[in-house]
Amino acid sequence: MGIEYLIVVLIGLMVIGALIAIEMRDLLGSVIALGAVGFALGVIDLLLGAPDLAITQVVVEVFALVLLIRAVRTREDTSTQQPRDTLRTGIVLLAGGLLLAAVFAALVSAGHMPAFGEPILAGGANVPPGVSADYLANAAKETGAANTVMAVLLDYRAYDTLGEATVIFAAVLGTYALLRHIGRKSDRPGGAEPEEAAR
Amino acid sequence: MKHPGMTEIVRNTARLITGFIALFGIYIAATGHLSPGGGFAGGVILAAAGVLVVLAFGRTVVTAQLTEDRCHVWDAAGALGFLAIALLGFLAGGFFINFINVLVGKDKITVSLHKLMSGGTVPLANLAILVKVGAALLGAFLALSAFRSVSSRPENKP
Repeated sequence: MGIEYLIVVLIGLMVIGALIAIEMRDLLGSVIALGAVGFALGVIDLLLGAPDLAITQVVVEVFALVLLIRAVRTREDTSTQQPRDTLRTGIVLLAGGLLLAAVFAALVSAGHMPAFGEPILAGGANVPPGVSADYLANAAKETGAANTVMAVLLDYRAYDTLGEATVIFAAVLGTYALLRHIGRKSDRPGGAEPEEAAR
Repeated sequence: MKHPGMTEIVRNTARLITGFIALFGIYIAATGHLSPGGGFAGGVILAAAGVLVVLAFGRTVVTAQLTEDRCHVWDAAGALGFLAIALLGFLAGGFFINFINVLVGKDKITVSLHKLMSGGTVPLANLAILVKVGAALLGAFLALSAFRSVSSRPENKP
């Protein structure tokens, strides 16, 4: 019970951090607020019993934070100064969320989806049992890997992992190509282009 | 100097802990099939050790040992290694079939459970992903820092 309240508090912290990141004029401050959001997500992963995901989340968050701070610090301040219509954006986002929740509730009551918070692969009232229970029962016996997460990632679903690795490869390839292309035109002082490349 | 690095305190601290950070990255990938972690997290930690060296000592210290092009070669090598593990599965009958487990025999797989040499191709794939992700992220960081030194030149002239 205590853990659930803690998770709710952390989610509130994430929402506040995201709002600060959007509203802050200073780019460095908003990057740090974004980092707080990521670390809160890592703690939530840990509390929910997903240490693999928590390790990856924290580590990637640190790396991305270093990268973003380095990108932000040495460039000139081009933060927007025109006023933003925060209230209108908030109302639109709230309406969109309520609409999605209503659609989800309708689908659940019509019997097309499992109830809220129910794992799909575990099966349920409306869904036949999936492969999840089979993985949990047989992972150590069939793959010999004691960590079931890795058994699924690199044995049962290794094809998915290959696709993921291909995505990272293509992203890094794109980074190289983009930076070389802009780096050649070094005679033109670029104001907005390095920011684009850093993302 | 474009990237002169940081103060002596940061440099000495980085000198002391960089090796341990890199070792921890390799450890987390090598024991990914036994404890939480895995190749991706280990690769990011390994790249973070390189990033620490770049930030503390400046870019030229790192590029003297490991250029972006070399990083890209390691990146491609890791990706091809993972693909080779996938293709070697054809020895045992199909794409991504765990061929080492098939060679060991179906009833003897659990003998080595909880040991470092277990899981067939799972630790090998973890190591391939470690090399791939570590080299890719470090190379991307090096490319970004090199790009800034190029782009900051026109600003320094006037």
